[in-house]
Amino acid sequence: MAKIDGMTHSSLIGRAAVTPRSVSPRVRRRSTAAVAVRATAVVETQVDEGTAEALATAALQQLGQTDSVQPKPASRRRTQQRYGRLGIYGFLLLSALFFAIPLYVMIITSMKGMPEIRLGQLFSLPGDPTFAAWIKAWSQACTGVTCEGIQAGFFNSIKITLPSVALSILIGSINGYALSFWRFRGANLLFGILVFGAFVPYQVVIYPMIIGFREVGLYGTLTSIILVHTMFGMPIMTLLFRNYFASLPSELFKAARIDGAGFWQIFLQIMLPLAVPIIIVAVILQTTNIWNDYLLGLIFAGSDNLPMTVQLNNIVTTTYGVREYNVNMAATMLTAAVPLAVYLLSGKYFVRGIASGAVKG
Amino acid sequence: MTHLSTAARADNPYSVAIRDLDLDFDGVRVLRSLNLNIHKGEFLVLLGSSGCGKSTLLNCIAGLLDITDGQILINDRDVTWEEPKDRDIAMVFQSYALYPQMTVEKNLSFALKVAGVNKEEIQRRVSKAAEMLHLTPLLQRKPAALSGGQRQRVAIGRALVRDVDVFLFDEPLSNLDAKLRTELRVEIKRLHQQLNNTMIYVTHDQIEALTLADRIAIMKEGVIQQLDTPQTIYNKPVNRFVAGFIGSPGMNFLQGQLQLQDSQPWFIADSALAGLSVPLTHYPFCADLTGSKAVELGVRPEHVVVGEAATALPVCQEVGVEIVEPMGSDTLAWTRLAGQAFSFRTDTELNLKPGDRLLIGFDPARASCFDARSGERI
Ligand SMILES: Nc1ncnc2c1ncn2[C@@H]1O[C@H](COP(=O)(O)OP(=O)(O)OP(=O)(O)O)[C@@H](O)[C@H]1O
Ligand SMILES: [Mg+2]
Repeated sequence: MAKIDGMTHSSLIGRAAVTPRSVSPRVRRRSTAAVAVRATAVVETQVDEGTAEALATAALQQLGQTDSVQPKPASRRRTQQRYGRLGIYGFLLLSALFFAIPLYVMIITSMKGMPEIRLGQLFSLPGDPTFAAWIKAWSQACTGVTCEGIQAGFFNSIKITLPSVALSILIGSINGYALSFWRFRGANLLFGILVFGAFVPYQVVIYPMIIGFREVGLYGTLTSIILVHTMFGMPIMTLLFRNYFASLPSELFKAARIDGAGFWQIFLQIMLPLAVPIIIVAVILQTTNIWNDYLLGLIFAGSDNLPMTVQLNNIVTTTYGVREYNVNMAATMLTAAVPLAVYLLSGKYFVRGIASGAVKG
Repeated sequence: MTHLSTAARADNPYSVAIRDLDLDFDGVRVLRSLNLNIHKGEFLVLLGSSGCGKSTLLNCIAGLLDITDGQILINDRDVTWEEPKDRDIAMVFQSYALYPQMTVEKNLSFALKVAGVNKEEIQRRVSKAAEMLHLTPLLQRKPAALSGGQRQRVAIGRALVRDVDVFLFDEPLSNLDAKLRTELRVEIKRLHQQLNNTMIYVTHDQIEALTLADRIAIMKEGVIQQLDTPQTIYNKPVNRFVAGFIGSPGMNFLQGQLQLQDSQPWFIADSALAGLSVPLTHYPFCADLTGSKAVELGVRPEHVVVGEAATALPVCQEVGVEIVEPMGSDTLAWTRLAGQAFSFRTDTELNLKPGDRLLIGFDPARASCFDARSGERI
């Protein structure tokens, strides 16, 4: 990472353009890791997302790729490589375990009854597996004064996530398209400002935003939280789409202009259909990001629309009598289910998009 | 140009006229005060080395680049600030630029749909273009399922359906292999004869230029060096750049002095060893001569005569062969003339070997004489 320290801002962006791997879900929070080109950075960020499996396949694919480009090595080098490869496997296995073990503990705990949990045998399988804790977490656990479980939070999160994801991707793709094809005056400056936005820690702007929303009477509404997510998602979405569109041949755009298509026709009929791989990546990034958000939801959503993460926190921290670990675990699993499902269903596309699809059509 | 009637030209003088065109990229002038007039129905080839601004000029004509200064007229209409679609042009790109997600048919009809042409008319024009380019069996395929040559034909077809007056081609054949290139070259020529549109064609393949063009414009660093018929450019290049650029194998250049002896012009080669004096009595000078000056004498390898026949020419010398390059149809041999490297083309039958000695000669009237300093033709 020391290598990139001396670089200018714009060269960082340039770097990001050629290494789509660098576009990570954590860009906002871990900007340096995100832009780093090293494999370690990839490992780090992806492990953060708790998907050791996808990580392993990604890394292995990469391993395979670099392997196949190299010329036939001498036997000495081959043994060296083998050791190197063992090291990588070992490291990957450790990282995978690091995340798999807590997951395992969570799942088995959520399926135990409280007496069994009190025995303190963290790793033992449940003697009498039951889903009672899951049902309770979903529909009966107390999230403050009401005791209707986490389901309300689930639907709130859906209400927040769907429009936010759609809106931020729509705006990001239009921005990216306009910035990479319609080279208007000041486009580079605008892009610079937008990217700068991606690196501003959002805690800095929360207070002014609260005031702004209060002034227009939107504070604490569903609209405000959707707008907030859209705004915070815009820089990274713009970057993602701009780099993707910049990798398409510019002659395609020229041909469409000669054919008489205008701004929207080119966008909707030519460019958007070509952007499907990167749209999938964007959907995954944004869904995970927005679903996992806690702070913004807590601040902007208002008490009627608190997202699942906030409700989860309430369940875990509210105590009437005993602390029900199995319910807490089940509620956590339920909350994590959506990003996990998105990841499992589309992780293949994600890895593919990040590894190659982001640069080729 | 031969097939153009003078009457047609008088009615409608120029299909495309470019006046004092300047174009800057971030302060770097890529095209400078460029003037170019193209007749209706003419096939004009822009030829030049890489980076000289050919594509840039084409993009300016197409309206894909905002020009810095000057004027562009198409069919006597000032289109300098018009949108590409309003310029009555169509363009074919080097990388084909087909829309990957659309079938061939959709690719062909896209422009017409955008323009709001009715269904039957679209159908009619697409099938006509497809027929002309032998694309009918491929209409339902996606570009990914086509070969390079087929893709390029679709790209040409996409220009064809629009029924415009001016076609712009930006190196349309350079991604194809040699055989396909020859085939499509003929097809483009046939197309031009059928349609009789104005065509502006960028290439850096001089064979393409010489075979297709009515006129060739040779460009260097954003300036048109010479605009003329292929014959004239080949026989009477206006400067040393054009002379060296056109012709393969390249022209020989002999360094020397131009001198007047008994009011007759002579070329005296710079040489410490064997001298070479070339009488330029019959050379078509562009201007009157005054005194002596340093010049370069350009002689095309294919204008050199070998053997006994050479003795009849004003310049004739016995030389030793140094290197022989067989080129299939004939052979290129390298020797030294007045101590300077000199190549000539001979029959393969002659079976030359390095070390052979033979007579060579050339006619100075067919040579080209350039000022050594400015490079201009004298
Ligand atoms: N978008 C651009 N920004 C800055 N400079 C450019 C841009 N496009 C082209 N140039 C420069 O303009 C000059 C002319 O480029 P152009 O593409 O017209 O060359 P060309 O003659 O078509 O070359 P080739 O035969 O390689 O296609 C080159 O020096 C190139 O570097
Ligand atoms: Mg070019």
